[in-house]
Amino acid sequence: MSDAACFHCGEPIPRGVDFFIRIESTPRALCCRGCQAVAQAIVDNGLADYYKNRTQLPQRGHELLPAELEQLRLYDHPQIQKSFVLESGAHLKQAVLILEGITCAACVWLNERHLLQLPGVKSVQVNYGSHRARVSWDEREINLSRILAEIQLLGYQAHPYNAQSAAALREKRHKKDLRRLAIAGISAAQVMMFAVALYAGAWYGMEAGTAGLLRWASLTLTLPVMFYAAQPFYSAAGSALRSRHLNMDVPVVIALVSAFVGSVYNTLLGAGHVYFDAISMFTLFLLGTRLLEQNARERSVEAAENLLKLAPAMATRVSDAGQQCVPVLELIPGDRLLVKPGEAFPADGTVESGASAVDEALLTGESRPVAKLVGSGVIAGSINLDSPLTMIVTGIGEHTVLASIVRMLDHALAEKPRLAQLADRVSGYFTWALLGVTLLVGLAWWAVEADRAFEIVLALLVVTCPCALSLAAPAALAAAGSHLLRRGVLITRGHALETLAQVTRVVFDKTGTLTVGKPVLQATQALAELDAARCLQLAASLEQASEHPLAQPFLACVKPTELLPVSDARNELGRGVSGDVEGRRYYIGRTELAGHVTQSSTDSGMTQVWLADESRLLARFELADALRNDAKALVDMLKARGMKLSILSGDDPATVRHIGDQLGIDDCRGGLKPADKLAALQAMQAAGEVVMMLGDGVNDAPVLAAAQVSLAMGGGTQVARATSDIVLLSERLPEVGHALNVSRLAMSIMRQNFAWAIAYNLIAVPVAALGLVSPWLAAIGMSASSLIVVVNALRLR
Amino acid sequence: MTSTLIFLLGLTCIFLLLIGLGIFWAIKSGQFEDMEGPSQRILMDDDDPLLPRRRVETDALKKAP
Repeated sequence: MSDAACFHCGEPIPRGVDFFIRIESTPRALCCRGCQAVAQAIVDNGLADYYKNRTQLPQRGHELLPAELEQLRLYDHPQIQKSFVLESGAHLKQAVLILEGITCAACVWLNERHLLQLPGVKSVQVNYGSHRARVSWDEREINLSRILAEIQLLGYQAHPYNAQSAAALREKRHKKDLRRLAIAGISAAQVMMFAVALYAGAWYGMEAGTAGLLRWASLTLTLPVMFYAAQPFYSAAGSALRSRHLNMDVPVVIALVSAFVGSVYNTLLGAGHVYFDAISMFTLFLLGTRLLEQNARERSVEAAENLLKLAPAMATRVSDAGQQCVPVLELIPGDRLLVKPGEAFPADGTVESGASAVDEALLTGESRPVAKLVGSGVIAGSINLDSPLTMIVTGIGEHTVLASIVRMLDHALAEKPRLAQLADRVSGYFTWALLGVTLLVGLAWWAVEADRAFEIVLALLVVTCPCALSLAAPAALAAAGSHLLRRGVLITRGHALETLAQVTRVVFDKTGTLTVGKPVLQATQALAELDAARCLQLAASLEQASEHPLAQPFLACVKPTELLPVSDARNELGRGVSGDVEGRRYYIGRTELAGHVTQSSTDSGMTQVWLADESRLLARFELADALRNDAKALVDMLKARGMKLSILSGDDPATVRHIGDQLGIDDCRGGLKPADKLAALQAMQAAGEVVMMLGDGVNDAPVLAAAQVSLAMGGGTQVARATSDIVLLSERLPEVGHALNVSRLAMSIMRQNFAWAIAYNLIAVPVAALGLVSPWLAAIGMSASSLIVVVNALRLR
Repeated sequence: MTSTLIFLLGLTCIFLLLIGLGIFWAIKSGQFEDMEGPSQRILMDDDDPLLPRRRVETDALKKAP
């Protein structure tokens, strides 16, 4: 055995040493405990592929200093980074990390600020909802392990994000929270019983020994609450103090600790009041509200995470050697995959052979199956319904449409709208003010009635509720966002909902947004003795030879069996098609047809195509881009809401006019260059209007960016490139109207929440300061206040 | 009086311990993971063949061949 090499570092394994690691059920020999720890870390993090892909051996495990730092250093390896790091520019890298130990907004702030101070870290955004941090850094100045180590120094655990480990972590934390809640609940119920006995005893008279016994019993049952159930508050308050930033956990901990110390003192003394009942109840209610709030937030994050889970882990690769089942991680662009009916597509790609219907509902909200033919694009995560398809992989992992949707969603959740930022700042000041006021009130009561000072200070600390203030906005935003996503509307920027609620004018960026984007035959006019049907048949037969986009609508109108054979078909570029049908030569095209002069009238907004034979014109066809079925519904909906509507298009003005007339939009401007659109937009904005722009999101980035809020049609694969604030994944226009409704509702719920939080505190603080609230009543009051905020927000779902 | 009280308090603590263990077990076995599923599941008729009326029918079916 002495010449065997360590599976991890490649060094010879000394005689008599027996370290093993199981990788995919194969035991591997290792040289030392250090290597074992590192290898275990790699395997446990689901990164065992590192061993398959690595090109160089790492340093021996124990040669690096602390074991923790060493585990982190693994994440610098390019092979390992491949699965979760995105190159966002030259030397610029971006990764999503899960942070364990985030309990409050201060943790988010602490991490963000600390990391930003490091040289080379370009941006940090921590999502409070999903506990994910998006970090981008310059790899020349800093490496990922240093960033992870810094996070650990702060007392948090950072892991690279992959969807499965996030779910496992969440489940672990959820169970821990439930255990804390259970402890607090059991103890609160029982301590309350003792408290009733004590109150009754104080009223009717009770032996000092009996009262002492009950106090001791209460103390015993409160111990697990203080030392186990209330732990999250201590760690949150501690991290807040470390960052020299106050949050609501600080007064909570002051209240808990002082109530406990005071009660223990009175118990030892055998006289005076004890507050064990208030401690247990306060902890129970706080934990309960937090659990509810967390569940609400997580459900909205789940919507995004479920998307990632759509993509399967294994794929069937087809090669010359036959079919082979391979992990999705091993796929590379260009691979040929077989996707059977009922299976989900493992990667983005194009159909190489076969035809089938595909269910993209979870991505777009569109419940009808979408037909896929050779050459169609397919999206990872959508489900093949009818028959087997062979596809060529074009995008995998981080580069799929699915991943980019999740990335955008994450980004939006991390960005806080103005109102939420304000609330965060205010609740910081609020806590300072609260501590100051408490001190003053405490001193005043000390001077007036020293006996009651302690109880009143306690009630004051407990009754105030800055958490309702800081929850008011995020709870509503998260609920609205997840509701809209289920309807196929993806919010990609934090401010989008807020702005959407204020929109006064909707601008359609181009006619393609309102139309299907394919020309359809609108009218046929026979000009000679041949009837319209015959002309159409001739036209379609001729167009068989053409690949011009205008050929499709003709072929769509005539059954394939009715097409006539055409001989000597000639496709003259820019002119049209000519060919012999049943012995006669026919011409079809737009102008200058076989020497005939065609007088085209362009005022109808139609595209005209003419059919002729050698001697005369036979028919005129009018083609136009058809409106989307639901365009009219959207326009009516917006008008009913008092929105002003405009079309700013680069298309032919007559076409634009025609579409505007059909829909009832008065302000239609055609023939605009992007610069003209921008100028028109700025003119509207100068007039004080809040403009929402609808476009296809890909070609008009600057114009979309100039609008206060932009919405892009994001069907299929375009979504990855879209640059707008909102993406309409479903391509169902009426959802735009729905999104407007939801945004207004969300804003009004946010305002209600703020009003409630402010009013509650304005009333509760003076009442408590006057000594009218006992500590246990204060505990109920503050919990009810945050509960109302969260439940109100959940109405949006 | 006091000794009775001590006995009762001790009993309380034992009961609380048992309750706590029970809840911890329930949490560990994942009974709180899905709060909606079980309430729906009660409506599923997977116990249909056990109902007396059905039982007669199923028995009859069994005897038929």
